[in-house]
Amino acid sequence: MSDTTISVRNLYKVFGDDPANAMKLVRDGVSKGELLERTGHVIGLSDINMQIERRQIQVVMGLSGSGKSTLIRHLNRLIDPTEGEIEIDGQDIMAYGEKDLLKFRRHNISMVFQRFALFPHRTVLENIGFGLGTQQRPKDEIKNRALRWIDRVGLSGYEDYFPSQLSGGMQQRVGLARALATDAEILLMDEAFSALDPLIRAEMQTILLDLQEELHKTIVFITHDLDEALHIGDRIAILRDGEIIQDDDPQNIIMKPADDYVADFMKDINRSRVVRARSIMTKLRGTETGPKINAAMILEDVAQVMGKTPNKASIVVNKQGDPVGRLTIAGVIKGMARPDSTGTRIT
Amino acid sequence: METWLLEFPQMSQDALRAIKRGIDKGYLSFSRTYGADIEAVFEPVLYFLVWFEKLLLNAPWWLIILVIVGITWFAARRWTLVLGVAAALLLIGYFGMWENTMRTMAMILVCTLLAILIGIPIGILMSRSDRTQSTVLPVLDVMQTMPSFVYLIPVVMLLGIGKVPGLLAVVIYAIPPVIRLTNLGIRLVDREVLEAGDAFGTSKWQKLYDIQIPLAMPTIMAGINQTIMMALAMVVIASMIGVKGLGQPVLQAVTNQYFALGLFNGLAVVALAIIFDRVTQSWGHRMQTYRQGMGDE
Repeated sequence: MSDTTISVRNLYKVFGDDPANAMKLVRDGVSKGELLERTGHVIGLSDINMQIERRQIQVVMGLSGSGKSTLIRHLNRLIDPTEGEIEIDGQDIMAYGEKDLLKFRRHNISMVFQRFALFPHRTVLENIGFGLGTQQRPKDEIKNRALRWIDRVGLSGYEDYFPSQLSGGMQQRVGLARALATDAEILLMDEAFSALDPLIRAEMQTILLDLQEELHKTIVFITHDLDEALHIGDRIAILRDGEIIQDDDPQNIIMKPADDYVADFMKDINRSRVVRARSIMTKLRGTETGPKINAAMILEDVAQVMGKTPNKASIVVNKQGDPVGRLTIAGVIKGMARPDSTGTRIT
Repeated sequence: METWLLEFPQMSQDALRAIKRGIDKGYLSFSRTYGADIEAVFEPVLYFLVWFEKLLLNAPWWLIILVIVGITWFAARRWTLVLGVAAALLLIGYFGMWENTMRTMAMILVCTLLAILIGIPIGILMSRSDRTQSTVLPVLDVMQTMPSFVYLIPVVMLLGIGKVPGLLAVVIYAIPPVIRLTNLGIRLVDREVLEAGDAFGTSKWQKLYDIQIPLAMPTIMAGINQTIMMALAMVVIASMIGVKGLGQPVLQAVTNQYFALGLFNGLAVVALAIIFDRVTQSWGHRMQTYRQGMGDE
């Protein structure tokens, strides 16, 4: 089996009364504004191509209206594309009939929602067991597995509460547990933590990363928050006006933004906390005498280690301890600085 | 000046008479041809109604009061309401209206049951398609605004006088709220919750049973409550076509100017209405404890 779980090719979504006809114009190269003016149709997604790797967290980032929620809903066909292919585990999910689609949603893919979308008339236990219920499993099994997930997300003791009796963070833990309980391999998270306040959000991110360490799901995570994207993403796709501008390793997005839009996005981040040593190291010269630096270390930590002997260059080593590069304190400072192109404002 | 400007240009009396006679004759021949068949369709309902009425009439009065009080307690869990219900029933019996009250109660319960059995599926169908909704709504409007005496006429022509035509008239009059509010309740279910259901692969039936109906239930209960109230109002009118119960003494009182008789029986209807209303309402209310935050402890 290949390492790609989800493969999206030439995906278009046009909103309007007659998308098929509007699509012809799009193929002829009519621009977004012109299409809207001539036909009243809106292009939601335009020529999306993505390969999402197994057991990775793929973040899709964009501002509101960029089409990210529309995109994620194509992956479980809550929304059908106007044109394009979606393959999941080598299966063309666009070819699924009603029955196959229900089976696919019950067993292979699950979802966490921005505003939780819990079932208000069901208790925490019943909410978490919901997916298992649609899988038509025996009642005992549903209960036992739901109880295990309640424990796993730290909600033991709240089994019989209704969602309205819980805080936002607790509700989203229920949402997460509900999605994980079905044992689906793919997890879609639609701005799952955006409605939570910052402290709770950070806590939920930690819970998610902890769970991922153990479960190795394929996660598609939608967010408009760059810090969140950089914190949890193995790969980040940046979406603007329904088009993917850059789909890359987070380090590459920071160091080599594809265009000014992406660069502009990056300008406010705290680079010393997200740029890693491997992104800014140079070739080994063999003259390095400073302390060894782990390639995955963030610059803030690098600066702390190297700051004690600022005149010595360091060897960057990979996980196995092999030397892979060279780093000087000047290089670290350069790595923390914004790239020149992004309109630095010195005030 | 031309006469048609001063007087409405009417159809000629002969033509009008011919139309009316045509409709009457047509309907009469329809009811002669199919009346028996239609009556046969209602046979099981009649059988059930008669059985239920006998059950209520033959059971000892204290047992019935106990059962009703028990239902009230189960539905409302409020002592004040339970005591009120018991007192109302005792007074009704003491004033000699027990049998008529039982007849009316049997009629109301069977009518309501029938209205629910027919109304909820219609409401569900309406909620699923805008086209069905836009066809059914005007029919409901007509059913609710047409003076109830008017549709007593065809019902009597078709089925004669007695329990079944009465039942039919009451159900037609009382069914609109349960249809309307079932439709409304299902349409008001949060779209995000439905989307979550879809994302987990619920089939249409699972969605209906597990999400839409439970979440629409408080609204549907309000509809059932309204239906019961309307059925009670209609039971008095239906006494004109031979439905026994509290309506008959009221009718008698109207024709003979017996004020006290009318008042007592009227008050008995009121008491029944209050009992049904409070019990169904508090039950509907209790069904939505999940909406009240930390309330259910």
